[in-house]
Amino acid sequence: MEPILKINNLQTHFFTKAGILKAVDGVSFEIGAGEIVGLVGESGSGKSITGFSVMGLVDPPGKIIDGSINFKGKNLSALSNDQMQNFRGNRIAMIFQDPMMTLNPVLRIETQMIEAIQAHDSGISREDARIRSRDTLGLVGISSPDERLRAYPHQFSGGMRQRVSIAIAMLNRPDLIIADEPTTALDVTIQGQVISEMQKLCRETQTALLWITHDLAVIAGIADRVCVMYAGRIVEQGLVANIIANPMHPYTQGLMGSVPSQNQRGKPLQQINGMVPSMLNLPAGCAFQNRCNYANEKCSKMQPDITQLADSRQVRCFNVPAGQQL
Amino acid sequence: MKPILKVQNLSKDFIKSLDLVAKGLNRIGQNYKEEVVHAVDDVNFSIFKGEIVGVVGESGCGKSTLGRMVAGILSPSTGSVEFDSSQANNKETPSALRTQMIFQDPFSSLNPRKRVIDIVTEAPIYHKLITPSEKRAFATEMLQRVGLDPDTLERYPHQFSGGQRQRVGIARALAVSPEFLVCDESIAALDVSIQAQIINLFVDLKDSFDLTYLFISHDIGVIEHISDRVIVMYLGRIVETAPIEAFVKKPNHPYTQALLAGVPRLEVGKRQYEPISGEIPSPLSPPPGCHFHPRCKFAAARCKAEKPALREIAPAHFSSCHLNEEA
Repeated sequence: MEPILKINNLQTHFFTKAGILKAVDGVSFEIGAGEIVGLVGESGSGKSITGFSVMGLVDPPGKIIDGSINFKGKNLSALSNDQMQNFRGNRIAMIFQDPMMTLNPVLRIETQMIEAIQAHDSGISREDARIRSRDTLGLVGISSPDERLRAYPHQFSGGMRQRVSIAIAMLNRPDLIIADEPTTALDVTIQGQVISEMQKLCRETQTALLWITHDLAVIAGIADRVCVMYAGRIVEQGLVANIIANPMHPYTQGLMGSVPSQNQRGKPLQQINGMVPSMLNLPAGCAFQNRCNYANEKCSKMQPDITQLADSRQVRCFNVPAGQQL
Repeated sequence: MKPILKVQNLSKDFIKSLDLVAKGLNRIGQNYKEEVVHAVDDVNFSIFKGEIVGVVGESGCGKSTLGRMVAGILSPSTGSVEFDSSQANNKETPSALRTQMIFQDPFSSLNPRKRVIDIVTEAPIYHKLITPSEKRAFATEMLQRVGLDPDTLERYPHQFSGGQRQRVGIARALAVSPEFLVCDESIAALDVSIQAQIINLFVDLKDSFDLTYLFISHDIGVIEHISDRVIVMYLGRIVETAPIEAFVKKPNHPYTQALLAGVPRLEVGKRQYEPISGEIPSPLSPPPGCHFHPRCKFAAARCKAEKPALREIAPAHFSSCHLNEEA
């Protein structure tokens, strides 16, 4: 089946006074209909910029300089801003981390939702748009949606607000939703509620979902496939179950090892030494080399290429055991 | 054994006083009342020397207010926090310095206009623990203790990454040789790979300085790893305190059970989330009886009327739920 989104060798660079910052450097992955793909990485790894690039939301000095973003057969990176407007919020929707920043505080929920519908469908009447808004609010688990439509964002709690922004993303029944840290600002019990709604919606509507987060444990719970990013590159991607069971890239191993539940109580946590290198002067060769326990001379000279493994996994590392390689 | 820290009937109310208009309207017969938030509501617990006690709860449950009162930053409305100075490592430490706090945000908790050397040595010089001439040697030693390069002494906070800044915050807290540390979400703002480094640092420091911790976090995975005992709070009250094994294996209170079930875990893998319904009620008007009853699937008539007491259900395991009495 043809994937909904196919990103090939995406390069988004920021041309700053201090130099060229390669925020996204050769990222390739695909998402099929109804599939949930997790994009995991630490702050500054380029995971959000990948999402913004798909939405066409990269602001100067940032620029997509190479690669293709193929959405249902159309290359989005070649479209003008006006053409992109037909996709944004319509076929592709985005959910952000902080719902207070995405909702307009001085407009009623109703106004904002109807606006989002009418922006892409000028023929629909206000009353019809209102009914659709109400039904979508109900869909994401907001009780008495009729009254809630009249409310302002500040009258909702954090979890409710995030549901509203999910509802707005769902309004035009998009083919793809990009969710950028959607549950990071929420409490554990509310996070569970939001995840469960998203799982249900994706299953029922066959919407593809790109879930961007720093939390590998959340990805383990919902995603089908996962891409692990480090310093602008995907270092490992494959099926979640395989990667959790047997991480190949030293960074993925370190990331999983530092999750407390993977460690015995009372023992020190496995840690990744050092810190993320500055994106402005990445070392030659592999970006992870100075934190890696397996790094050798080759790693400091050459960028590792993608190695295809037997379980349809891709790893960017020289030290993948020979028996695993395809 | 006597506890080193004893918290008795501790409460903190925040009162929003009436504005001028409401006061005026009250004069002509209207009835506006002051809004009171019971941020911490009659909390009792004790901590033994060398223990790491974790506090978990969702936002607004009063865990930070509790931590601030224990650290002495906020004064309690009623109740007391007592520190047993007979068990102190260093009897001469002034009582105000015994408890230090490490904050969540390493970006806002350090003065951006001071160099690291001054941040770390300001308090010990002020309290005459060291003389100004010893400043450099002292700061060098403190930075080494927390794993920072002493070459960075002259730097300003903005020249550090988040994890390094948190280390500076820890060095500042340790500079007055405290006995007790309150860590309020001290690792929540850090990246996953850096979190593990700081957690390991806390554990190392505990052993080398003989410290006792109150470790506040919303991250249950971290609490499970680091704590000896756990306090679970909901809307200002303690709903359960349990030794870590019982907390993980036999959580008693329905809220604790729901909290643990909602934690995403690597080892569980893909699953269907079955969250508890409802939101955390507003602390301005908490539900009567047991605060948790509107979200609890076991709630009975009694839960709506009567506040459950915190009872011991197993050694050192306390829970406040009416269900325990009927069983």
